[in-house]
Amino acid sequence: MNDMSPEEKKTSKLGKWSRRGFIGAGVLAGGGLLIGIGVRPGNPIGALGPKVAAGAGEQLVNSWVKIDTDNIVTAIVPHCEMGQGAHSVLAQMLADELDAAWDNVRVMQAPADGSYVVSDTARMFAAPFTLNAADWLEPTWDGLFTKLGQSMDLLITGGSSSIRTTGQHQMRIAGAAARQMLVGAAADAWGVPAAEIATRDSMLVHEASGNSAPYSEFASAAAEQSMDHTPTLKTRDQYRLMGRSKARTDIPAKINGTAEFGIDAVPDGLELSYAAVVRPPVPGTSVISMDASRAEGMSGVLQILNMGNFVAVVADSYWQAQQAINTVGIEWSQSESPVKTMDDQFAVFSSALDAAGDTGGDQAAARGDAPGALANAATSIDAEYRAPYLAHAPMEPLNCTAHVADGKCDIWTSTQVPLMARSEVASTVGIGADDITIHHPYLGGAFGRRLGSEYVAMAARVAQATGYPIKMIWSREEDTQKALYRCADMSRMRAGLDESGALIAYDSVFTQRHDPAEACVPAMYDIANTSVRVAEAELHLPFQAWRSVDHSQQGFFIESFIDEAAAAAGADPLEYRLSMLTNAPRHTAVLEKVAEISNWREPSAEGTAKGVAIVESFGTIVAEVIEVDMTSGKPKMTNCWAVCDAGYVMNPDGFRNQIEGGIVFGLTAAMYGELELEDGAIVQSNFHDYRMLRMNEVPNIEVALINSGDVPVGGAGEPGLPPAAPALANAIFAASGTRLRELPIAKQFV
Amino acid sequence: MASFILNGEPITIDVDPAMPLLWAVREKAGLPGTKFGCGIAQCGACTVHLDGQPVRSCSTAIAQAEGREVTTIEGVAGPDGELSKIQQAWVSEQVPQCGYCQSGQIMSATALLRDNPAPTDADIDAAMSGNICRCGTYTRIRRAIKVAAGIEQPRAEQAGEEA
Repeated sequence: MNDMSPEEKKTSKLGKWSRRGFIGAGVLAGGGLLIGIGVRPGNPIGALGPKVAAGAGEQLVNSWVKIDTDNIVTAIVPHCEMGQGAHSVLAQMLADELDAAWDNVRVMQAPADGSYVVSDTARMFAAPFTLNAADWLEPTWDGLFTKLGQSMDLLITGGSSSIRTTGQHQMRIAGAAARQMLVGAAADAWGVPAAEIATRDSMLVHEASGNSAPYSEFASAAAEQSMDHTPTLKTRDQYRLMGRSKARTDIPAKINGTAEFGIDAVPDGLELSYAAVVRPPVPGTSVISMDASRAEGMSGVLQILNMGNFVAVVADSYWQAQQAINTVGIEWSQSESPVKTMDDQFAVFSSALDAAGDTGGDQAAARGDAPGALANAATSIDAEYRAPYLAHAPMEPLNCTAHVADGKCDIWTSTQVPLMARSEVASTVGIGADDITIHHPYLGGAFGRRLGSEYVAMAARVAQATGYPIKMIWSREEDTQKALYRCADMSRMRAGLDESGALIAYDSVFTQRHDPAEACVPAMYDIANTSVRVAEAELHLPFQAWRSVDHSQQGFFIESFIDEAAAAAGADPLEYRLSMLTNAPRHTAVLEKVAEISNWREPSAEGTAKGVAIVESFGTIVAEVIEVDMTSGKPKMTNCWAVCDAGYVMNPDGFRNQIEGGIVFGLTAAMYGELELEDGAIVQSNFHDYRMLRMNEVPNIEVALINSGDVPVGGAGEPGLPPAAPALANAIFAASGTRLRELPIAKQFV
Repeated sequence: MASFILNGEPITIDVDPAMPLLWAVREKAGLPGTKFGCGIAQCGACTVHLDGQPVRSCSTAIAQAEGREVTTIEGVAGPDGELSKIQQAWVSEQVPQCGYCQSGQIMSATALLRDNPAPTDADIDAAMSGNICRCGTYTRIRRAIKVAAGIEQPRAEQAGEEA
């Protein structure tokens, strides 16, 4: 018996997988080629063909790309498009490695199929340490996480991860592999060395012989080529599409009303009825009784359904269904939650923090001897910070169209997790996942809300109960009051300064730790004695990741408190931060750059003041300076400057758009975001009392980018948000001397 | 029942006269470009033109459209599909993210520029503050309106690497 290589030994433990298993090839029924990344034994890529091929004219397909006879290249993108631009940029990355003509590249949403599980994203969510695994472990980890991803239904879009995981490790490899196979096929046909064939704009060219052909001509022949399982990827100097501000491919349909969102689904051949729903006002309660006598006689009403934990009215139109359900009297069961108001919720947090005291709770991070250093500090400060519950409030209210018939189920919905939604439907209506098809068009915003699938299961239940296809739409009030939420939290923070004002001890304890694990740790700062602790406490409202997740509150806690330390030291808050970034050259460069573009070191304009904050999240370092005008006694945001280092930015304009959006999202929450409770139910109901920043309130925003390179690429969707609230609160402190330790801000200046 | 002109074509829709124009246009006329966001005229996603004036179709009964002209996002481009200046600027400035609110934004901006070809920032604030964009594209919307008005130059796509 021969000795096995380390790779063989490793893979043998996991079954028959090999590197070949991860980039596999197959022939389509029509004679086309099918190659793909993430192809596994028992999961033949050939089965994918019918799901992605539109017609016989398509000659080359791998699970991520197909080429038709007109030489149109279609990138098949596993992630959903919810405004973050992933469809476009992932296509850019694939097309660059493929040397495709960008004008002839199209984007297709990958079907909700286990083959499209985003294994690298699964890794990031389940075991981020493996992303830096040694090369010889790659097949093992990749196979493991594809299998894990399939079992966990991890066809997921979130965590600002699409480009840095799927893009970097799958779309680029798929493009490069396809290019090499096309070159190989042309080399065989022309009888010339492959190395002499150039590719550009979806064309193969051999200059010496004068041969040239479009990719489509060799698509079938490429199927006969053996595959290079680790194709050579371009170096940065060879990029032609990556790093460029290519226009987004989804925008043309979004300016003329033709872009299809989940709520727009009009399934072919189906006559839709419409459902309005009412869910329990207090989480965990259910229907005891209902009086639908008024609704029964209303025009258009088809059925009134008591579904146990919600009520549905089905009618000929959504408006009729909503009008009717508004008249239904529902008695709900009593909640066992002790929390009736936000004061109660904060009392729950406070009790947990009291119990943890100065040293208790779970230690999330520790360095040096924080308790000892605090006891011996020349100056010490402490503060308690609070963050409220927040709704995601995507512009497209939650909705789902469902049809259950003949043991099969079709679902049309906006979702970040189509396979998880499928599993939830399967367990809810008792139909096997293989008999459920999830159609998932564009999302009208999500921000984490559509990582949950309870609304999809609800629609399936209603469709099953009626037997005919229904489109369920939540009113904005349901969406605001009966959903899943960014958690409220409380953080107690202490700092110790030495005689020079330097921060030598830092301690924080709070109650909520979800994701990312490092969000609560001020790791970039060189503080000799650090302690970060969690004292878990129950939430009254159900949790759902909300744009930037824990960073959304921890960014505010940490960067406001660092500002307090600077004030205690009598130091400039930006210079104070720089003095603590001794081991963080990238952070230093970002902060220096934001100082430069905001004219931080010049006097502020009359009546204005600036605040700064810096947070690294999802692999990207972002510093923001916000300028406020307090001359009216209320904060008016005038300017915002942001500097970002994501290592390398794949589409600078798209990246800036995400950062701009993250800033507005963060400032909206900082100024207005709050859900209050009355008898355990949410008070705010719609945009009149759950306010959003509007055109007349947003500051000018300038975003500058640094490509520091040589580090894994960072995310774009979330990192703009965390510094926004602390930068604003710190600016208000600079302008007024008022330190804001809770959000939202606007109501503190009425 | 209501009869009116929808994007230049006469149409009769047989529904409760109290039904909001939004739902009649989306579910009965089959034009889904106009969006439902709040139902109480707070977000602007449902903005259409009624005899040229921007209105929130979620809070406008279809009876109010009787005999009048209704224009939705589907009727903004020219008959041959040629994009309006506003739509062109929305592309050049790469405004949309999720895109859900943008039909309403474009309807509001179109009415603004028709009545005021060179709007100031204050004019833009006044005309556009009824439209919420949850993705936060406000600064781009402002710029795109100025580009469409000829006040600012369109952003050229960068050919090379930039950062």
